[in-house]
Amino acid sequence: MNAPPRTDNTPRTDSAAPPDRPRPRSLSDLFVSFTLLALQGFGGVLAIVQREVVDRKGWLTQDEFIEDWAVAQIMPGPNVVNLSLMIGGRYFGFAGAMAALAGLLTVPLMLVLALVVLHDRFADSAAVAGALHGMAAVCAGLIGAAGLRLVNAFKKSPMPLSWCVAISAAGFILVAFLKCPLAWVLSGLGGLGCILTYRRLKA
Amino acid sequence: MTAPLHLTLDWADWLNLFGHFLTLSMMSVGGAISTTSEMHRFLVDQHHWLTQDQFNQSIALAQAAPGPNVLFVALMGWHVGMNAGSTAAALFGVLVTMVGIMTPSTIITYTAARWGHRNRELRAVRAFKQGMAPIVIALLLSTAWIMASSAAAGTGTVRDVLAHWPLWLTVVVSGLVIWRTRIHLLWLLAAGAVLGALGLI
Repeated sequence: MNAPPRTDNTPRTDSAAPPDRPRPRSLSDLFVSFTLLALQGFGGVLAIVQREVVDRKGWLTQDEFIEDWAVAQIMPGPNVVNLSLMIGGRYFGFAGAMAALAGLLTVPLMLVLALVVLHDRFADSAAVAGALHGMAAVCAGLIGAAGLRLVNAFKKSPMPLSWCVAISAAGFILVAFLKCPLAWVLSGLGGLGCILTYRRLKA
Repeated sequence: MTAPLHLTLDWADWLNLFGHFLTLSMMSVGGAISTTSEMHRFLVDQHHWLTQDQFNQSIALAQAAPGPNVLFVALMGWHVGMNAGSTAAALFGVLVTMVGIMTPSTIITYTAARWGHRNRELRAVRAFKQGMAPIVIALLLSTAWIMASSAAAGTGTVRDVLAHWPLWLTVVVSGLVIWRTRIHLLWLLAAGAVLGALGLI
């Protein structure tokens, strides 16, 4: 697959990527690699992807990984799923994207269904219900922490910090308390954020 | 505990469910988890196809299992089907929700990835990426709030929070620990499971 034409002058450490650099050998190599990768990731697999694909397999350089990750975040869909589509697609086109995606989802899906069947069998147990209850509390914390981590993005935003916080706060109130449909909030407040950012980027 | 549900779903309902997840997929910038509050509104509040317990359990179980977080969507589909009365319906629910949540985002990402990669310095691309950040953060925090308050079987009023202070403390402490340290998530989930199993929170 040819590298896309570069339209900017930012330096790139891999500009002379060696032709013999590692790459997935086949569709089944992609499928197996992403299956193994998914099975290592509890509570999200993004950190694992970086370690496996960049550090161990060398399919992507660190720079390529960061760029691909940025695109994966812009696109709808889970970041790690998007990243797998991009990596698989780069080497084997659409078939590669599907192989990577299938690897990421198939075995973990079967595992999680086995887990829920097991859970339903013991659902009457107060201890099991309590354990799930406790895990839900931790997950609420986890998701909140994921949000707080992203607050760093405010520093890089062309918008003033106060605008970012105001949009976030308004979004939180609309969704958490007023139960507004997501489509309105995304197109309204999200659109407002994009327009404000666009205007500030010009300056 | 909320009472179990016994649903009768016809094809229009399944289609409605499928269409809803198709739409959510297109809006899932920041990952499927950022559309969770919308799933809650649709599945629990509006249609009563899922109980609060099943909703929370879907997310908690998927987090405790290996693999991408998006599998919680499969569990929601599973529970909707089980509420409709059979394992076959549950598997159908998994199919409907997973195909729904995956298809549009996969197509959009696959076709747009190369374009986005080539044009990542474009003003519109940067504006979209950076302009959406405050909303993505708001959605994640909303999800955390909804999960915590429904785990506390309440509506998130001050009285509910005070009445269930050990649970809220767990939420805040685990959030801070995950935010600030590199501790493996499994330890925290295990700790939450033990505290919950002992009936402490």
